[in-house]
Amino acid sequence: MTINHHLDTATIVAHAAGNLDEALSMVVATHLDLCPVCHQASRQAALLGGEILGGLDGTSVSESCRSKTLSMLDTATLHRFPKSSLRKSAVPSPLNHLLAGQALKDLKWKNKAPGLGLYDLPVSAASRGKLFLMRISAGKAMPEHGHGGEEITLILSGAYSDSIGRFAAGDVADLDQEFEHRPIVEMGADCICLVATEAPTRFKSWPARLLQPFIGI
Amino acid sequence: MLALAWNMLKPETLTERQNEDQVTRRLILSVAKNLDREAFASLFDAFAPRLKSFMIRKGASPEVAEDLVQETMISVWRKAGLYDPAKGSALTWVFTIARNLRIDRIRKESTLPLVELGDYDAPSDDAGGDEIVTRRQEAESVNRALAEIPAEQKQVLMLAFVDDISQSEIAARLNLPLGTVKSRMRLAYARLRKTLETLN
Repeated sequence: MTINHHLDTATIVAHAAGNLDEALSMVVATHLDLCPVCHQASRQAALLGGEILGGLDGTSVSESCRSKTLSMLDTATLHRFPKSSLRKSAVPSPLNHLLAGQALKDLKWKNKAPGLGLYDLPVSAASRGKLFLMRISAGKAMPEHGHGGEEITLILSGAYSDSIGRFAAGDVADLDQEFEHRPIVEMGADCICLVATEAPTRFKSWPARLLQPFIGI
Repeated sequence: MLALAWNMLKPETLTERQNEDQVTRRLILSVAKNLDREAFASLFDAFAPRLKSFMIRKGASPEVAEDLVQETMISVWRKAGLYDPAKGSALTWVFTIARNLRIDRIRKESTLPLVELGDYDAPSDDAGGDEIVTRRQEAESVNRALAEIPAEQKQVLMLAFVDDISQSEIAARLNLPLGTVKSRMRLAYARLRKTLETLN
């Protein structure tokens, strides 16, 4: 897999700090599983965080906290690598966990419009984002849209092109809010993407806007 | 509050921490190999006060902060066998555990299977001796880079890593456009990468 489109390093730093929205973080973690370049950057950003936190001044801790902690050691179960019950999958591991090992083709896709299937993924109540899989048929165009907030899209299979370039499996579109784009899926195969948005995507043309409540993205 | 934050990054503590990292590595490995309670107590004494500050900065009460310190340190005990010196600094490993715990707390009520957001729990590829040496030099480079990062960039890093607020919240707090916050983060990371590249 050759990856040509990477994460914004500002996104990588936010992810390393742990304050990227959960939905966006899920897409980031899935991309990191595929991309050695971003994985390395993420590791480096985490080192920076370790240095910063290591430099904090301490606050004194009560004796009871210390003794309670030490007394718990005997009963604490030691953690070994969790044996994954999931079989090896073509789906990158963070997403594979979320899907409990189901193959993408076996999911109960909701057909939202001709050539457009969606599959919602769960996020916790604390998340302000939405996380979903999107399947666009070969040769189809997505409605033109801008972004009301943060949006990260990871291509899992197939490919599309827009004004920025060609996005194929493993590539990630981590775009600024102001950016407007109109992806067209290549012929030959459907394009399946993992998408996280932090605010509803708004479509630009009026028919698309009318369709939006039904499409639900 | 930010002036206070600056004082937390005194240059002399940076060099101290290079040594601290070596000591911490040894202690964690001893806990992993021998279930060494004395080594663990030393880790507790070294880390608990900073972990408590870290939790309080996020808004935890002193009592909740101590609960979280306790949970973090118990995780250090339980996970010591997973620490891999080839993957990076011991400090980062401990704070990654603390950070993930803080995130888990927020998501507690959810049914979402938790993804390990850090890279420190996954089994590593086999790292040769050379790589371990490089990682050690890397830790030194990181604190050199941090010392060189301009104040306005360090400020956004502090707000992200210590105060744990999102980029848009940072933008609102500093009264800056979101794009400026992001570009400061990019610049800070670019500085780090440049310093690390001199190692290779």
